[in-house]
Amino acid sequence: MLLTITLESAPGSGIDATALSHLLRKHPAKVQSFDLPVGQAHVFYPECTAQRTTAALLMEVDPVGLVRSKRFRGDAGALDYYVNDRPYVASSLMSVALGKVLRSAMTGTSESYPQLAAAPLPLRIELPAVSSRGLAGRDLAKRLFAPLGWNVEQTPIALDEQYPAWGESQYSSLVLSGEVRLDLALRQLYVLLPVLDDSKHYWVNDDEAEKLARQGEGWLEDHPDRELIARRYLAHQKDLVALAESRMDAAASPESAARASAPEPTGNDARVPLRVQRAVDVIAALKEHGAHRVVDLGCGPGALLRRLQADPFFTRIVGTDVSARSLEQAAAALRLDERSDEQRERLSLLHSSAVYRDARLSGYDAVVLMEVIEHVDATRLPALQDAVFAAAAPRVVLMTTPNVEYNGKYPDLGHGSLRHDDHRFEWTRAEFQAWARAAAAEFGYTVDFRGIGPADSAVGAPTQMAVFRKDAA
Amino acid sequence: MSEFSIPETGLVVLVGVSGSGKSSFAAKHFGRFEVLSSDYFRGLVGNDETDQSVTAAAFDALHYVAGKRLDAGLLTVVDATSVQQSARQSLIELARSHDALATAIVLDVPVEVCLQRNEGRGERRVPKAVIDRQHLQLRRSLKSLRREGFTRVHVLSSPQDIDGTAITRHKLLNDFRDQHGPFDVIGDVHGCLEELVLLLAKLGYDIVRDRQGRAVDAFHPNRRAVFVGDLVDRGPDSPGVLRLVMGMVAAGHALAVPGNHEDKLVRALRGAKVTLNHGLDKTLEQLEAEGPEFKREVQDFCRSLVSHLVLDDGKLVVAHAGLIEKYHGRASQRVRAFALYGQVTGEVDEYGLPVRYPWARDYRGDAAVLYGHTPVTEVAWINNTACLDTGCAFGGQLSALRYPEREVVAVEALAQYAEPMRPLESPHGPQREPGVLSMEDVTGPLHLKAGERGSVKLSAAQAAGALETMSRFATDPRWLRYLPPTMSPADSSARPGYLEHPDEAFAYFRKLGIGEVICEEKHTGSRAVLLLACDPARFDAPAGWLGALHTRTGREFLEPEAERALLQRAHAAAEAAGLWDELGSDWVILDGELLPWSLKAESLIKDTYASVGAAAVAATSAAADLLERAAGTGLDLVALLERTRERSENAQAFRQSYRRYVGDKEQVRFATFQVLASEGRTYETSDHGWHMGIARKLAVQAPDLFKDTAWLRVSLDSGESTAQAVQWWEELTASGGEGMVVKPWLNLTRGARGWVQPGIKVRGREYLHIIYGADYLAEANLQRLKQRATDRKRSRALQEYLLGLEALRMTAAGEPLWKVHQMVFGVLALESEPLDPRL
Repeated sequence: MLLTITLESAPGSGIDATALSHLLRKHPAKVQSFDLPVGQAHVFYPECTAQRTTAALLMEVDPVGLVRSKRFRGDAGALDYYVNDRPYVASSLMSVALGKVLRSAMTGTSESYPQLAAAPLPLRIELPAVSSRGLAGRDLAKRLFAPLGWNVEQTPIALDEQYPAWGESQYSSLVLSGEVRLDLALRQLYVLLPVLDDSKHYWVNDDEAEKLARQGEGWLEDHPDRELIARRYLAHQKDLVALAESRMDAAASPESAARASAPEPTGNDARVPLRVQRAVDVIAALKEHGAHRVVDLGCGPGALLRRLQADPFFTRIVGTDVSARSLEQAAAALRLDERSDEQRERLSLLHSSAVYRDARLSGYDAVVLMEVIEHVDATRLPALQDAVFAAAAPRVVLMTTPNVEYNGKYPDLGHGSLRHDDHRFEWTRAEFQAWARAAAAEFGYTVDFRGIGPADSAVGAPTQMAVFRKDAA
Repeated sequence: MSEFSIPETGLVVLVGVSGSGKSSFAAKHFGRFEVLSSDYFRGLVGNDETDQSVTAAAFDALHYVAGKRLDAGLLTVVDATSVQQSARQSLIELARSHDALATAIVLDVPVEVCLQRNEGRGERRVPKAVIDRQHLQLRRSLKSLRREGFTRVHVLSSPQDIDGTAITRHKLLNDFRDQHGPFDVIGDVHGCLEELVLLLAKLGYDIVRDRQGRAVDAFHPNRRAVFVGDLVDRGPDSPGVLRLVMGMVAAGHALAVPGNHEDKLVRALRGAKVTLNHGLDKTLEQLEAEGPEFKREVQDFCRSLVSHLVLDDGKLVVAHAGLIEKYHGRASQRVRAFALYGQVTGEVDEYGLPVRYPWARDYRGDAAVLYGHTPVTEVAWINNTACLDTGCAFGGQLSALRYPEREVVAVEALAQYAEPMRPLESPHGPQREPGVLSMEDVTGPLHLKAGERGSVKLSAAQAAGALETMSRFATDPRWLRYLPPTMSPADSSARPGYLEHPDEAFAYFRKLGIGEVICEEKHTGSRAVLLLACDPARFDAPAGWLGALHTRTGREFLEPEAERALLQRAHAAAEAAGLWDELGSDWVILDGELLPWSLKAESLIKDTYASVGAAAVAATSAAADLLERAAGTGLDLVALLERTRERSENAQAFRQSYRRYVGDKEQVRFATFQVLASEGRTYETSDHGWHMGIARKLAVQAPDLFKDTAWLRVSLDSGESTAQAVQWWEELTASGGEGMVVKPWLNLTRGARGWVQPGIKVRGREYLHIIYGADYLAEANLQRLKQRATDRKRSRALQEYLLGLEALRMTAAGEPLWKVHQMVFGVLALESEPLDPRL
């Protein structure tokens, strides 16, 4: 992992480039090494002339220690394996090295060269390997550094030059050049390298929000992507982001504060989103059939549960999901830990699976499977039918699933592709109805169908719903 | 000195006023934990044994603890005054709700004695008025005590009585755990005397006849008969059956439980008004003809029968209508009602008869339960239970089951003596639901018994960890019959420059007393399980289904069409190789490796290996270049440059380690390691030479589908043999080959310290780069990487192995899906990250 900083004195500028070593407070004729928790950092000057001086910060990361040490577990999953990119890519490991090795330079004070320390300098920063993960991808470096006055040159690195068809890797080399104050440049790198990488090698806690505000002082407050930076720097922890934002709002310039408080632009498309419409229609159908005691089977992070919870019509609500993570999210969204015993009695969450019978789910008025069946392999559907109709056997069963005929109406959806990666199938109306009718007949239910969302005369509504009913004997 | 006896399990309620000496009595006769004192519980919940304000909480806690003890079948003594009827009633209710007997022991001490003792109690003294009141309540209670619901009431009326009494304990009437058989359990006879005599003869019993030629006893030199009840009604000769069975029971040649027909008969004989249907009228008529003495004997016999029997260390339970596990060895009205009549759902079927609760379908107990009551078409094991009523009186058969052999012996009915109200049911119930699985089957904590070989405990968190994978990503449980265990590597090599080496694998097996091993080439592919079945119905699969191919976590490898094509070819090869004849089966499960690796690992190669390679090469070459430039300026960078150059070279070399698998468009092939199971048998004790022979046959038949595995048989006692194996391994791995797996030649082996690992992998020096990273061979790294504990991985591998073997055994034996699934689920749970199941 390598970072070089070059100060090039333009002819006639009167700047002695060797001053860089003073500003960095590292002797130009020595190779200095520093022990870090993750390995060693070395500082040396490959070139040191009055015209041009380059300082290099080279890290030798200990790949075994990084994986073995219990301290480094912030990177979700990345350090579970010995084969990982952490020793090579400029990341939070580099920030730690900057903070340790160039701490004083980051404060922006210099006894020997106070004017240079306080002035923008013609700097060139080279990073042979940075990672840009996630949606923002390759434009991200530009978005992050350009507003700070840097000229950004990013060169993608091929995944493997022997296999050109594989295209580019997620890595690139990065060259930043511009007239920037040295301490700002260092602090910007300190913050933005982990942001670019979207990962931290250690647990992120409250201190980190303070650190962000401190290191971002003087450049981050008014950065147009401040929110994105805070989010990624603080490992997507909402409460920390809010904390950092409030710290920085206090320091921000007036116009950016005004921008931040402006209302979200509203699109001219006033249609209710489909997921909302689905929940609304499901709740209407439950009420229509007098179902007060309801199981939301496959509740996910609790979108429907939140609406059921808010409606006193529903006296007993159970959410189940096969994913424990979804249930954790649902519990957080429903604020279950703040609820009274009575409220918890009214709404509970169960870790359960739609393809196993679950005795805990019997005795309810209705079971809702909202956008669930398409996540179950077709061969397991008989087991799901058994669990729902024969074992839980409520009076009412509501199922919604995408209507694949409608997919043509989504311009972004490739021909023949499904709406979600995990969908095992998407059915036409005829397919869904045939399946539902057979299930109804087998288990003594009647069934009718309705569409959810804006209906098209040819292809129907985007979501289809089956309402199964069993009359009390 | 007087003596009385109490049941060895159940509830004992001490009754007596304060100061009557209950606590010292309890301490004298019962164990430390057997006595639950209300004072002590006041102390537990309120810090003060005399604090009356916490009485409600104290009794709540006492009831809770008593309930747990009763559930565990432990004698539990409640030391409280219990002089009020309401207090005793709640304890009787407690005993009933845990299906335990309640015994009362009254310490009826003169009030003066109590008052005198009370004086000496100091702090714990009770007001005199309280003692007087308690005494009054006790006197009142004594009149009604015997009608309150206690099984027995023992009243000790003087301090001498109390001091001088000895208490013994007796077994419950249903407790025959010390009887180990062997038994012949005989189904509902219903007056079919001739058939019974024939059956007993067929079972090897000698019939004893009286002077009139009537069968009055039957005996076998070393077996005993057990009758499941319903001896009478419907058939031609109920008195004759009773005479024979009563004689056998009296002579100790048989045991019997009552059926609902005996229960009703007793009531009729006692003169109660009962409906005379189902042949009872005829039985009464016949008994009338036998005379009053025989009638009385019958009445005494039927009344002496205990609702159910627990036999053979609790491994066998016999009850007329079956019995849920919770009721085994218990005594209460509802236990008796269940045992004699079963339980009904409250619904009525098309013949107007009550629908019975299909308890056997939900039975999960370890004890085999044998019963009758419901006539069925054949004897079949359902979840370790079997109904032996095969409708003899309806013209079916009279059946017996030999225990522990579990062998059915039956005779055909000589005639049809009665018309059934509804057709005989299949023992599997009206709709067989072999594919139905419940959350209970997979919710922890689970204690999974892998047959005789051991057991595995799964916590709730471990079980929860596998639920999502099993539900959403694994193939259908009906054909997910096995998951392979994880495989431990050899201990770290003592040789410099090697992390793994065959020496350590050989040493492991040698140390456990294994003389011979097989070394099998380790293909770089994906562990796979292949199920081929000619008859889809055997696996409850749809018509046309051919089998399954799945990964070590139960996922399908291929798209349906591709899988189908592969299965078709595999079937053809199995047929051509004569596999079906050789195994005597029309299905088989094979363990192997699916090639090429890129089939499953394509994205892994690109997203991980190539990606890390790109970053490594870019970063290290830039650093090396810079250092070379800087070195020219006279800085002392020699060591740093050397290390960096080495890293740069390692990064380049790392790329080679994955590139050999790129674009591996080779055809999909299955390298067979083992035959796992086929109808009626498993193969873990067949030596690996045999398994490799089968693999070879398949590979010869279909070389484009079945891949041969290179192997070497190695004698661990021969230095020459092991040296040859090391050389073979070196050749295999020199160009990056994955390595080899070393297994005991004889396959499943028990060594000096338990089961031996089924296999130990020894991976190649080059190959390990893609596991441990580009720089793993650098001395400083290797030294630390060698510090690895294989113990945990090995103990987990064994647990998974035992569960997998049990799943195979159960599949081969045709056991219910839920049982097999529990085992398979267990393997996956051990492999999953534990999850918090509570929310």
